[in-house]
Amino acid sequence: MVIPRWIPGKVSGMPLLIAVLLLFPLTTGNEFHLDIATQMALIAATVVGLNLLVGYAGQVSLGHAAFFAIGAYGSAVLTSTYGWSAVPALLGSAALVAAIAWLFGRPLLRLKGHYLSMATLGFGIIVAIVINNEGWLTGGPDGMAVAPFSIFGFELSVFDDYTLWGVEVTGALLWYVVAAFLLVVAVWIALNIIDSPIGRALRAVHGSEVAARVVGVDTAHYKLMIFVVSAIYASVMGSFYAHYTGFITPELATFEHSIELITMVVLGGMGSTFGVIIGAVLLLLLPQLLADFQQYEMLLFGLILMLTMIFMPKGLLPTLCQLFTRVLDRSRLSARRRDET
Amino acid sequence: MRLEVKGLSKAFGGVHAVDELDFTVEPGQIYAVIGPNGAGKTTLFNLISGIYRPDCGEIRLNDERVTNLPPEQLAARGMLRTFQHMQVCMNMSALENVMLGRHLHTVRGFWSALLRLPQLRRSEQACREQAAELLEFVGCHDYLESAASALPYGALKRLEIARALAAKPGILLLDEPAAGLNTTETAALERLIASIAADGITVVLVEHDMKLVMSISEQVLVLDYGRRLAVGTPTEVRQNPDVIAAYLGG
Repeated sequence: MVIPRWIPGKVSGMPLLIAVLLLFPLTTGNEFHLDIATQMALIAATVVGLNLLVGYAGQVSLGHAAFFAIGAYGSAVLTSTYGWSAVPALLGSAALVAAIAWLFGRPLLRLKGHYLSMATLGFGIIVAIVINNEGWLTGGPDGMAVAPFSIFGFELSVFDDYTLWGVEVTGALLWYVVAAFLLVVAVWIALNIIDSPIGRALRAVHGSEVAARVVGVDTAHYKLMIFVVSAIYASVMGSFYAHYTGFITPELATFEHSIELITMVVLGGMGSTFGVIIGAVLLLLLPQLLADFQQYEMLLFGLILMLTMIFMPKGLLPTLCQLFTRVLDRSRLSARRRDET
Repeated sequence: MRLEVKGLSKAFGGVHAVDELDFTVEPGQIYAVIGPNGAGKTTLFNLISGIYRPDCGEIRLNDERVTNLPPEQLAARGMLRTFQHMQVCMNMSALENVMLGRHLHTVRGFWSALLRLPQLRRSEQACREQAAELLEFVGCHDYLESAASALPYGALKRLEIARALAAKPGILLLDEPAAGLNTTETAALERLIASIAADGITVVLVEHDMKLVMSISEQVLVLDYGRRLAVGTPTEVRQNPDVIAAYLGG
């Protein structure tokens, strides 16, 4: 097979992501599809943040669902019970999550090993229990309703229709646009961090931590920074998720949800920002494709984790890129040989 | 930069790797530390550069007490080092490794990184150019964009030196820079060390290659069992009966 020369070796991910996000609503007018896509975008943005921690700082958080849930419940409680408006509620929840992450990370990230994983695991379990038991605040296992997102008196509800600059749009489409925008911003920020001295310092920690330290990189400081950033990602997306779905349950904070997020990172490719988006999309598609799948969900996630680790430890996108480059090289080589003979 | 070591000791279990050691490196000197295998040379480097903590003793840099400071803070004060067993980030390109060395001299604030502000972009561009110049300076111009893992051994050793130079050292510790190099490469290394010293950087090196040590160093410290056996100019050290005994097993 000869691959034409016009296919570049490296496709730039950002324009491709924007193109896919823009084209998607044109392919379907179906509100159900838009709903799935909106949720996917919000979760994918969370996973992009988690990937900064897992793929770059080399640390695993087993409690990211808890940060997501604190964002969601924080926004819900502050807007519904205390009458805050949505933006300050979102920022307040994110500040709380940042403070918690900082408190946990500061002592733990100075140590080598999996201390952060264990601590976040414990923290996640505690948050799930608190949300379940403190019914007066969170509605307990029954969950709680969340007011629609509003900013400057403009209320964004999935069930309303809006007229923007003379064009009729549904609330569902508008929410999709918001979620897509959030995903693009999340990716933009992640790529900025990766492509900066901070990202270089974190990559160096993977390569040789002592090399980074002897040239003056305070590695513990950067690991802590990226942990707090990834927790804020989860919190902010949790807040939007709560306003979008309009109803949240303690399930958001469960260990299973944390594992789901980690599985997305591993499947898509640790350290690959666009890879983990694909990971999120695939794992969220699964329940849609398989009916009566609910009770086997954890089983399947476990299986996917295992098979990914065994057959493509680098994850889906990096492995595919590698295969593609190899095929490309081989075809160019054979083309050159043909030219010579 | 002036380096002063007083009463420095470090024991591992019952073994005194470095034992009550005193010496002073004057600014701008090329100072060599030699000694038989196991004499404590690498331990001494790890103590000075903050990788190990000394049991007792004092280390001063330009009259500031720096004992027990972590490596990243020593780097900020101008003390840089290379390793006998190379510490190169194999997941990055050669150029990126050197850019990493420039870390302390780049714009690296959280918000400027997050939003990729123009000042960060300019600083990164300058960092890239300076890193490329340094790679050329150490003789690695063929490998600018290569993955570090693709570099031959000799080039990796020079890459480590370039990375240390990128951090603008006042004092540079080289741990066995000539180990594993052939004669031509060693000759190139000698010229490189001389030109580094000519820029006013104090150089301390641990080295087994006696020809190299004797031809470039101004002062030589001889260690044996973690203690100071002799110190002086290469000629003095070569004629010292204790040194001859230690090396020839007399």
